[in-house]
Amino acid sequence: MTASENGFSGTVGLFRLAMRRDRILLPAWISVFALTAAVSAQATADLYPTLGSRIAAGNTINSSAPLIAIYGRVYDTSSLGAVSMIKMGGFGGVCVALLSIILMTRHTRAEEDSGRMELLSATAVGRLAPLGSASAVIVFANLVLALLTALLLVAVGLPASGSLAFGLSWAGAGLAFGAIAAVCAQLSSSARTATALASVVLAACYALRAVGDSVFGSDHGPGWPSWISPIGWAQQVRPFAGDQWPVLLLSLCFSISIGAVALVLASRRDLGAGLFQTRSGPAGAAARLRSPMALAWRLQRGAFVGWLITFVLLGLMIGGIASSVGDFLNNPTAREFITKLGGEKGLVDAFLAIELSFGGILASAFGIQVVMRLAAEEREHRAEAVLATAVSRTRWALGHILIAAFGTAALLLAVGIAAGATSAIQSGEPNEVSRVALASLAQLPAAWVLTAITVAVLGIAPRLIVLGWVMFSGFILLAELGPLLNLPQWVLDVSPFAHVPRLPGVAATPTPFALLTAAAFAICAVGLASLNRRDIT
Amino acid sequence: MPAILVRELVKTFGSTRALDGLDLTVQTGEIHGFLGPNGSGKSTALRILLGLVRADSGTVELLGANPFKHAVELHRRLAYVPGDVALWPNLSGGEIIDLLGRMRGGLNQQRRSSLLERFQLDPTKKGRSYSKGNRQKVALVAALASDVELLLLDEPTSGLDPLMEASFRQCLMDESANGRTVLLSSHILAEVEAVCERVTIIRSGRTVQTGALADLQQLSRTFLSLQLAGPPPEGLGQMAGVHDLQVESLPPAVAGSTDAVTQVSCQVEQSALDGVLRQVAQVGVISLNSQPPTLEELFLRFYADPTTGPTTETQTQTQTQA
Repeated sequence: MTASENGFSGTVGLFRLAMRRDRILLPAWISVFALTAAVSAQATADLYPTLGSRIAAGNTINSSAPLIAIYGRVYDTSSLGAVSMIKMGGFGGVCVALLSIILMTRHTRAEEDSGRMELLSATAVGRLAPLGSASAVIVFANLVLALLTALLLVAVGLPASGSLAFGLSWAGAGLAFGAIAAVCAQLSSSARTATALASVVLAACYALRAVGDSVFGSDHGPGWPSWISPIGWAQQVRPFAGDQWPVLLLSLCFSISIGAVALVLASRRDLGAGLFQTRSGPAGAAARLRSPMALAWRLQRGAFVGWLITFVLLGLMIGGIASSVGDFLNNPTAREFITKLGGEKGLVDAFLAIELSFGGILASAFGIQVVMRLAAEEREHRAEAVLATAVSRTRWALGHILIAAFGTAALLLAVGIAAGATSAIQSGEPNEVSRVALASLAQLPAAWVLTAITVAVLGIAPRLIVLGWVMFSGFILLAELGPLLNLPQWVLDVSPFAHVPRLPGVAATPTPFALLTAAAFAICAVGLASLNRRDIT
Repeated sequence: MPAILVRELVKTFGSTRALDGLDLTVQTGEIHGFLGPNGSGKSTALRILLGLVRADSGTVELLGANPFKHAVELHRRLAYVPGDVALWPNLSGGEIIDLLGRMRGGLNQQRRSSLLERFQLDPTKKGRSYSKGNRQKVALVAALASDVELLLLDEPTSGLDPLMEASFRQCLMDESANGRTVLLSSHILAEVEAVCERVTIIRSGRTVQTGALADLQQLSRTFLSLQLAGPPPEGLGQMAGVHDLQVESLPPAVAGSTDAVTQVSCQVEQSALDGVLRQVAQVGVISLNSQPPTLEELFLRFYADPTTGPTTETQTQTQTQA
């Protein structure tokens, strides 16, 4: 056997194929991440021009356990980089990790599901080549991302050493979760399960470092839970606050070892099989499984339950933090920090308004995801079987759209009730539950508009359905960075979320809600009308 | 009134002309074979009949109505089996069969269980675990277990093993005996020959031949191989309906007889068979071997010729000289 005939033969060819498939996706993602980091650094620098204002902002975060839990600790409050990149470090690391998870699943398990891997495996492609090439894609993507981010951060005026440390801390998180996703891809019997499994690990790692930083941590460093979390490692590189290079080695060694585990699993596994085998199902359908609506619910319910649990936890966290906002906001800079970002009346309400609007954006992602699933039903030819029965296109699509609409409402209610209840228990005001729940529901019409726009894309140009996510990311960037960049109001107004009053705590008229709801219905109707006219692919 | 009536049907996808003036008539109660090579437009035609795709021009009538406008009402009366069956990965086969049947308007439970047995399909497996053939069976059971007037089947046996194909043919015969109309798209000729009464052959989105199977088989030729006791009769090669005549004189040693023997082979149209046999009988037949006409042979001739299908006239002109 020669070197070219081992399990890895064909890796280079597969790598080229993957690069060709991702030639738009990868550059787009990498530049969005790097640009967001740079824009955010620039904007914070403008916001806190003096050393004193930076120290005050840093202390605001460091003096609040809830904020430390969300963002992490600022280890050098006098460092512009450390203060401005605090939000980007942990959250950004999670986003980079998600990108790696998606990339790994896309090039391994998803290819097996589609049957394309079988075609490739029958050629002179080794058993380990798919995993090898996917790993190469991930290493390549994360290194490019790290270097580009570092360059852009230097370009906006941050120190070179810290910029490189920051870029590499992202890459460390990316590599670690690429390796975790590789193991998940070997264990699961479908791409969907693999992504879900890796995402659960990611959420757990984020939660670990939240506990480690806040509950067990001090000004000197975090407690042990942060040290067993790859997201914790990314933050402990402490860019611009001492640049702890050796921590990067921890990420690297972890990635290599977990990657090796994936390789061992891959070399022992049958193509298409997983450690968690598919169980058999019932020999006949339950009586209620008789309509396109029931089918849609069956297809979407698993994802919905996952979202619901996430939103309840999110609500509990928001409520917990909200009641302690008053405690740490007795210094004037902190006050300014929060009021700058939120409403005007009442600091707790201002905090709730920010967090609930974040919940609204997140809930709209659920709606978009549901419509994406509907689009996948058509693209993967399963819609054909339904539409060949006595089911109209409108009924078929409405099954999913109603789940998107009511599911989004349920998620917003869940986060509102959970936040309100936590806050009510701590403040002793029972009215808080309904007040916060209603404030959360105020986000619903705006979230519906995003769902409706995705339906319109499906109706008019199903091949461009990814525009749903593009629009979503655009609105997030607009909401997060627009005010910091002083963009003109009409640009900010493009986002439906810009028209939602910052509830609770401000007066609201029904007009914006009515208009947003009407817009959502109208756009959705246009989408359905187009769907009824075009060819089913 | 025919169950399906298609006239001058045109459908283009971008610059590709998938259907280019297709004509198709399926009479109520018949099993109609819909033949054509890969990419000839069979699936597109079926998708138009289902109202999934809109026709650019031409008329389409299905059970007396426009399939695009009246899709839902029509679909209560028909069942469809796609060529490439996609199932929901996390629903079991049994769930899918029931769901599709119920959404169509009802399922015959008795027939469902007898079909499951006939096709030896395990309904408890999840969609993602079925092989191609078993996915096909799920769709077949879902379609055949419904009480519908019309079955639209797009290459329904691709992926089935020969035993299952035989079961499927038997099912089709039963369906037909119950008065159901079947449009069977296929490129497996044996299947079409076994079950269809009439066939339509298309190529590049156009109908090249349509008619009763028996008539088409007459268009095809019986292959004859004979040993004659003397030279072949005068003018055998010039007879209408005789093709590819080849004559070879075998020396007595080779033939294993004392007299000279002539080896003759030719292809003979159904109409000329009687005349040919009478003529050769006068010379004296030592042995006769015949291969019956198959649609396959006709089919191959249709697709080998890039311009037109064979007709009796053109054959007469191109017949081979002895």
